[in-house]
Amino acid sequence: MLSSTRSTRSRTTVAVAGLATLALTLTACSSGSGGSDDDTAAGGKITLTVATFNDFGYTQELLDAYTAEHPDVEVKQTKAAKAEDARTNMTTKLAAGGEGLADIEAIEVDWLPELMEYPDLFTDLADPALDGRWVDWKVQQATTTDGKVIGYGTDIGPSAICYRGDLFEAAGLPSDPAAVAELLGGADATWDDYFAAGTAFKAAGGGAWYDSAMSIYQGMVNQIDNAYEESDGTPKDLSTNTEIQDIYTTVVEQSTTNGLSAGLEQWSPDWDAAFQNNGFATMICPAWMTGPVEERSGGVTGWNVADVFPGGGLNWGGSFLTVPASGKNAEAAKELAAWLTDPAQQTTAFENAGTFPSQIEAQESEAVQTFTNDFFNAAPVGSIFVNRALAIDGAPFKGANYFSIHQTVQDAIKRVDVEKTDEAKASWDKAVQAFKDLGLS
Amino acid sequence: MSVLTPTQPNQGLDGPPRPTARRVGFSQRLGRWDVKLSPYLYISPFFILFAVTGLFPLAYTAFVSVHEWNLLGGQGEFVGFQNFVDVLAQPTFWKSLRNTFSIFVLSSVPQVICAIIIAALLDQNLRAATFWRMGVLLPYVVAPIAVSLIFGRLFADQYGLINGLLGVIGVDPIRWHADAFASHVAIASMVNFRWTGYNALIFLAAMQAVPRELYEAAIIDGAGRFRQFFSVTVPQIRATIIFVIITSTIGGLQIFDEVRAFDAQGLGGADRQWMTTVLYLYDVAWGNQKNFGRAAAIAWILFIVILLIGLVNFAITRSISTSGPSKKAPRAVQRARRKAAAAAVRAQNASRQRTGTPPRRPSAPTGAPNERKKR
Repeated sequence: MLSSTRSTRSRTTVAVAGLATLALTLTACSSGSGGSDDDTAAGGKITLTVATFNDFGYTQELLDAYTAEHPDVEVKQTKAAKAEDARTNMTTKLAAGGEGLADIEAIEVDWLPELMEYPDLFTDLADPALDGRWVDWKVQQATTTDGKVIGYGTDIGPSAICYRGDLFEAAGLPSDPAAVAELLGGADATWDDYFAAGTAFKAAGGGAWYDSAMSIYQGMVNQIDNAYEESDGTPKDLSTNTEIQDIYTTVVEQSTTNGLSAGLEQWSPDWDAAFQNNGFATMICPAWMTGPVEERSGGVTGWNVADVFPGGGLNWGGSFLTVPASGKNAEAAKELAAWLTDPAQQTTAFENAGTFPSQIEAQESEAVQTFTNDFFNAAPVGSIFVNRALAIDGAPFKGANYFSIHQTVQDAIKRVDVEKTDEAKASWDKAVQAFKDLGLS
Repeated sequence: MSVLTPTQPNQGLDGPPRPTARRVGFSQRLGRWDVKLSPYLYISPFFILFAVTGLFPLAYTAFVSVHEWNLLGGQGEFVGFQNFVDVLAQPTFWKSLRNTFSIFVLSSVPQVICAIIIAALLDQNLRAATFWRMGVLLPYVVAPIAVSLIFGRLFADQYGLINGLLGVIGVDPIRWHADAFASHVAIASMVNFRWTGYNALIFLAAMQAVPRELYEAAIIDGAGRFRQFFSVTVPQIRATIIFVIITSTIGGLQIFDEVRAFDAQGLGGADRQWMTTVLYLYDVAWGNQKNFGRAAAIAWILFIVILLIGLVNFAITRSISTSGPSKKAPRAVQRARRKAAAAAVRAQNASRQRTGTPPRRPSAPTGAPNERKKR
């Protein structure tokens, strides 16, 4: 009897142990997804999370300032090292129904087209009180056709031309920023002016004029309102898109036949090394590019910025703060996003990380206007980029298929300029074929 | 378990009073469940984990692959096998498959061969053996992305170290990113850098488990180093070779990090000349298309391909290592030698019986190895 109960007990113990093991493994699996449940702390206090990437200039100090104004809100920031990481993280979580997303998710302008397809995933941030805070085209980028605003603008990428004054001098060209701006065409500079100056530079014994045909193409195509798609989103057939083909031909001819390009791809190891090897004399310089140039040019002293841009203004890059609709504290998050993109905070962010503000008032602020960059020979980059921002007259239309089509042409230029595996015509034909393979028309 | 089970029959013999009969009956039933069920319970955590993290995704991927499915938009219409048809009609898919195989062959084959050779060297009596063994494993500790960044600088087309060195000896720079084959070699070298040492250690562990008497016997039989390696080491570590080849096949067909970070765009070159299938899958799902349905179809096709290759691999390695590199002719010689030895032993025993000498003579060294070799 006694022995039988004991064995029953131990058998029960064994069964319980087995079940516990089971339960443990199962709960261990399921607990992974419950990480975001600690949003609401006890006592009515809430914690808002802000997910950013690279460096938005939002220091803990800045975020604490918000808590000082709103004692029941605590703000936490998570930073991804690269924009690409943040993008994968965000799209995957959006696909999973929004579980685990931060209350405020920062996005880059390049992700907008695909996100704008699903505006319901985001809280509508439209707020009449904020009218006139940003430059018009910045708001326009994040506004859907039916007037929904999915993101508040943070920074923008107005572009100027960065150049190597020492290489200009060696080729007998003027090296003073004002003179260089004049050389490149001044206030109404065209791409032809820019290429002509490059030809002169080459003729005088200079090396390559610019780093990459792909970046020049990027600059030119961004000045076209409807590059690959009609305004209603219908893709244009690439084989009959003469406007794009003309730009392609110009870029490729100037780059290879005329030899103006260094044949590099941006962000590649060769591109990095070229900064140290006098690989090229000029490049398109969005406001945020000054940092990467400085990083790669240790020991090089000639960099400067000319207040000029061929073919009108160009915006390259820039970010927004969005509030995913699945968040529990969407209203509070909207308020925080509005506060973070306030001209005052964005000016602080600019001072912290050099992110050029998209807010008109911030651009006019003392801090931005008087900002100079020592590495670029003390160029007044603050006022230069404000001028460049004023030259931008709108945002080109980028629909759902923009980047798929853009990729096919970029690949074509890469084949000719970087990899040198195809002639211009053959490479264009491949782009047309790749466009057909997309199955859009 | 083994302690509990023998008590069961005793309980039946006790002849318990009525009220407790049901209890005992239940405990008996529990006992039977214990015997029948417990083993499965004990191994269940693995299978449950596998079902959750392996089987379910597999089945769900199949479900996704027969639907229209956008990464952000979610499930669309049921389209049957249209996604598979679309994928198979894409030239990029076939190109990616070609690249995958090319990179796989360029990496796995030299990798396994080098790993065996390194392991054989490490298996010798080296001074500071642990140091050498750790040194071999060091590349494995480096994150794949870090490897790609370092090799990216080595293999850069214009200012890369390797092209610089080639220039010194007067060889034209190799266009590592433009030429398909050159890029495959570059990527394979990254994979090899990372995995060779790891595989070498697995081989080394297997080699150390080979009974040393076999080598002694082989030496006495007059086998040189190479002969020992091919006739003793390789057949003895057969199971490990199969294991390594199958794992490196699976790994080799799923190369991603190295190609993703091989250039700035991470799409396998302008002509997709070094885009692997997994990278293609990633691009379809998370790139500009965001087409999860097609990506799931690619995943399933890749799964089937890996399965097929794995089976072929298994068959080949099995036939190679069962026949062994010691081919027919030497085997005949061996058999003859063995027969002769057996005859000698028999003759000896016969003479021993006749003379009545106790069998304590050192005949073992010649007898024992032959005995073992028969297996």
